[in-house]
Amino acid sequence: MTRPLLEVQELTKHFPVGPRTLMGKAQQHLRAVDGVSFNIERGLSLGLVGESGCGKSTCARTIVGLHPATSGSVRYEGTELTTLSRRGWLPYRRKIQMIFQDPYASLDPRQTVAQILDEPLKLFGLGRPRERRLRILSLLEAVGLNPRHVQRYPHEFSGGQRQRIGIARALAGEPDLIVCDEPVSALDVSIQAQIVNLLGELRERFDLAYLFIAHDLAVVRHLCERIAVMYLGRLVEEAPREELFKNPAHPYTKALLSAVPYPDPEVERTRERIVLGGDVPSPLTPPSGCPFHPRCHQVGEVSGDRCSREVPALVHEGQRSRACHLD
Amino acid sequence: MALLTVKDLAVRFETHHGTVRAVDGISFDMEEGETLGLVGESGSGKSVTNLALLGLIPSPPGVMSGQVHFDGQEISALSEPELRKVRGNRIAMIFQDPMTSLNPLLTIGRQMTEVLELHKGRSRSEALRLSATGLGEVGLSEPEKRLAQYPHELSGGMRQRVMIAMGLLCEPRLLLADEPTTALDVTIQAQILELMAEVQRKHGTAIILVTHDLGVVAGTADRVAVMYAGRIVEEGPTSQLFQTPHHPYTQGLLSSVPRLDSDTSHDLSSIPGTPPDLADMPSGCAFAPRCPIAQPECTKTRPGLLPSGIAGRSNACPLAASPSQTEARP
Repeated sequence: MTRPLLEVQELTKHFPVGPRTLMGKAQQHLRAVDGVSFNIERGLSLGLVGESGCGKSTCARTIVGLHPATSGSVRYEGTELTTLSRRGWLPYRRKIQMIFQDPYASLDPRQTVAQILDEPLKLFGLGRPRERRLRILSLLEAVGLNPRHVQRYPHEFSGGQRQRIGIARALAGEPDLIVCDEPVSALDVSIQAQIVNLLGELRERFDLAYLFIAHDLAVVRHLCERIAVMYLGRLVEEAPREELFKNPAHPYTKALLSAVPYPDPEVERTRERIVLGGDVPSPLTPPSGCPFHPRCHQVGEVSGDRCSREVPALVHEGQRSRACHLD
Repeated sequence: MALLTVKDLAVRFETHHGTVRAVDGISFDMEEGETLGLVGESGSGKSVTNLALLGLIPSPPGVMSGQVHFDGQEISALSEPELRKVRGNRIAMIFQDPMTSLNPLLTIGRQMTEVLELHKGRSRSEALRLSATGLGEVGLSEPEKRLAQYPHELSGGMRQRVMIAMGLLCEPRLLLADEPTTALDVTIQAQILELMAEVQRKHGTAIILVTHDLGVVAGTADRVAVMYAGRIVEEGPTSQLFQTPHHPYTQGLLSSVPRLDSDTSHDLSSIPGTPPDLADMPSGCAFAPRCPIAQPECTKTRPGLLPSGIAGRSNACPLAASPSQTEARP
């Protein structure tokens, strides 16, 4: 069996918060990511879904080294990334790229499109100026932008077009893996569909793998073969796309799927909805035992107080895994 | 008689880039206890419509025209002090972001009682008692304790419940909800939508629900009006409009939404191009540059919203496939 492209094992990211002791040690830790493990195979995509504050973005940023990991391991084709120096990261920066949520904030307003796209090419030492110019034009063509607009500034483009520039920049170094952090959530529906289609098309064309972070399950379903669901810093379920949507195994996944509104009045009228009580707890003071147990609608089906005492481990069974005490 | 009648409502803003027609002549009616979904993409004019109904358009730069009849009164002709008697009283509004629309310096109790003291002349203690009851009704635990808290002490979902409770204190006949669940997570959104439906059943409040989320509309609205570039392009009963959308924009919008049960082996269908610049509108139909069935004549005159021959439905595309209409045009 070949090695997965990316192996994430027991990845943990805690942020020190609040007042510190005299020795400068933090007294409290925000457990943003708490022991997350998954693999991504070459050319296949994993969707990471969950509600705001569940740690999905922190997880992505820790994987690409924007946050140092508290513990755990991230391996890219067998190489450990969490211990790399800045310089050591450089060859992997080329192979692992990122697309951000906000196409307004993630482009430098003072650079032209040509400068934005030239920067990674220069940094990775890809070609002479003339070759780089041709490459920039072909990148623009690949993401569906008019190559004649190469001297324009970001503010001259619409939101969807700006996101295309961000995608072109990510493609510049010919990556194997692109981490997409909510790449379409800031866009309008009609534009969102254009970008989702573009991401699908580029994946085929360049044999890309995506780690796709989103809160919109329908978008993730469209692009990812596997889906992992996070709740309060932990994975609660991971499964192939069709199985997760047809047959969710974790109570939180069930509730999440049932809460997604359908753009179809007939379905909306007849479907049964699990409305969860309460709010997502704070990751500063996570509940004891299973992080989901205070809101879980199936907590009564587990005998005793196991749910509130024991953290359920992520158990693998065939193609899928789940962290729940239910039988 | 309809509870609310809006006729030729238009709002334009004079800017450095020219005149922006944010709302460009829209008309609709609403009955008692009905929910109207106002959908469209950003910049389509749906939020400005809501603000205009309450006379909340800043002027200058905004200029408003048209008529708004509510409950036998022409509120578009009211003076500012008279409008203040309507706002928060007979017509209430819930905004998208409960963090920025609650005053961070005042306790929840102070903000809630203000409405009752002002509109209903209640004493402070009476107003506090009614506010606590209101908070309990929207499902907040320990309402008395909440009254003494500040907005930052509550979660997003709780703040939105406070907004709803505050909006309902004076038992309004009409509730304007501007993207009330957009800032919330889906599981919290489900709670809030259910709460609004329950409130409506109980008090018979009419609701205008402004949203870009077609899923939310599908589950809550009786009727839907689809807006594009400042105009209503199609209107009709929710189930019919979703089942057989007539206007090409509605068709494109509905088919570009990814669904949990759609086929993932194909691309999503998308609408090419981007919405027009409101300060530099194309001539003729605003959607024509993106429309798959556009004809040369579409760029000549801007079509109006006309009844489509099917009860309760209307659309603004003369080419739209509607059997009665094609028969009527030889």
